Amino acid sequence: MKVLVPVKRVIDYNVKVRVKADGTGVDLANVKMSMNPFDEIAVEEAIRLKEKGKADEIVVVSIGVKQAQETLRTALAMGADRAILVVAADDVHQDIEPLAVAKILAKVVEEEQPGLVIAGKQAIDNDMNATGQMLSALLGWSQATFASEVDIEGDTAKVTREVDGGLQTIAVKMPAIITADLRLNEPRYASLPNIMKAKKKPLDEKTAADYGVDVTPRLTVVSTKEPEARAAGIIVGSVDELVAKLKEAGAV
Amino acid sequence: MAVLLLAEVNNGELALDATAKAVTAAKALGDVTVLAAGASAAAAGEAAAKIDGVSKVLVAEDPALGHRLAENTAALIVSLADGYEHIVAPATTDAKNVMPRVAALLDAMVISDVTAVVDGETFERPIYAGNAIQTVKSSDAKKVITFRTSTFDAAGEGGAAPVETIGGATDTGLASWVEDKVAESDRPELTSAGIVVSGGRGVGSEEDFKIIEALADKLGAAVGASRAAVDSGYAPNDWQVGQTGKVVAPELYIACGISGAIQHLAGMKDSKIIVAINKDEEAPIFQVADFGLVADLFQAVPELTEKLG
Repeated sequence: MKVLVPVKRVIDYNVKVRVKADGTGVDLANVKMSMNPFDEIAVEEAIRLKEKGKADEIVVVSIGVKQAQETLRTALAMGADRAILVVAADDVHQDIEPLAVAKILAKVVEEEQPGLVIAGKQAIDNDMNATGQMLSALLGWSQATFASEVDIEGDTAKVTREVDGGLQTIAVKMPAIITADLRLNEPRYASLPNIMKAKKKPLDEKTAADYGVDVTPRLTVVSTKEPEARAAGIIVGSVDELVAKLKEAGAV
Repeated sequence: MAVLLLAEVNNGELALDATAKAVTAAKALGDVTVLAAGASAAAAGEAAAKIDGVSKVLVAEDPALGHRLAENTAALIVSLADGYEHIVAPATTDAKNVMPRVAALLDAMVISDVTAVVDGETFERPIYAGNAIQTVKSSDAKKVITFRTSTFDAAGEGGAAPVETIGGATDTGLASWVEDKVAESDRPELTSAGIVVSGGRGVGSEEDFKIIEALADKLGAAVGASRAAVDSGYAPNDWQVGQTGKVVAPELYIACGISGAIQHLAGMKDSKIIVAINKDEEAPIFQVADFGLVADLFQAVPELTEKLG
């Protein structure tokens, strides 16, 4: 079985983002970028399936600017076999919407015929949490979102999902889309020799036009602003003082 | 203008708080029809009819809709979509699972976690873990939206909407439910609690988390946790507050032994009053706290429990 893993290049999760003064967006110039943390978990899960003999090839795909090939090289260094880069944006500030990404991925799926797609549950930049579900809808496949455990037996995947009240286990028919939650696994680090080897692994470059997908946004960004700042707080000296302050504020 | 709102139904019961908050947000868009779908949904439909501002309730009961499997639920919603310009739901895990699927089937973008309605096609939503607020204008014929419930007040009771039972559910056969592992709790539900007491890595062990729970119980509060506390096994994952866990905005949020990473703040920085108890005075949590106490939580939390109430 071939496994397809979509990965996204996003601002590093440790960076405190800055909103541009003119309200046009978030400043991404000269900011550290990395692989979306949920996608690292997705790549790791695909590699583990291969190590268990349940997958024979892992193809990673990224959609966006040319620099996304760094993200693909990282996935290759972790253990993916082959990469596809779909260039769909000229500028790092242009975020391709989940619907367009899902349409491109659907075409990639058509071409590659994977038995399984593992995506991250959400990208930490747009916080949409939608691409996996949308891809699944477009393909008419089953979906297992927010996965914390995946067990593949024959043509069925038994997936435990993190839901509001606890955990839910479902069985989905393959081919399927699984989206990875934080607790699915602990992603491995790419070793230096593997990073070197990854440079020689195949990376195909395509464009959105190659797949005939229009990436025009459906949601026009009118403005981007800073969230309202909180009023400065105070440091209290003791529990008694804290209790007094909370009573004064009517909080307890 | 008509709005179809997917009610949050768990095991035949309406999650009133989440649904009523979404009704408040949806009322601004037009006449609200609530869809209660499930293996059993009649009682939930009756409860939804009493929410102020609901003009009609549709009840879809079918074994295929049990446990709200995305494939079957999305197919039902799409079959009802004619005549509705907005299809909305509270941003729960159920809705996050099904609504993007609905949107793609309708060839529309989903607008996730909306925090404000500007007009029928313009909405605000947080991005980058809540560090920026984006205003977006949709050009889609149908707008598919999930509402971040913590930013809307729950609509009151007092409605008397007609309830109509509908059919039309089909089993796609793509997925089936196996089992639930539900965390039992007598405490208030985390996302609707008036007070939340949370513990982080600083609590140190599952055993010591009991001092957090004792304070919560004294205050009638829900218990939350940071990712570090969940990953270390001190607390179950459904207690996690943050970008990838639950987003809460209670009257009072007490963070104990939580440093205040960006991802945690994303889930609680809209709380009315934030209290931080941490022994590290440099911890970023103090930058958002209204009242900070630099102290060892093992002394301060029991003392606070004793002196409150």
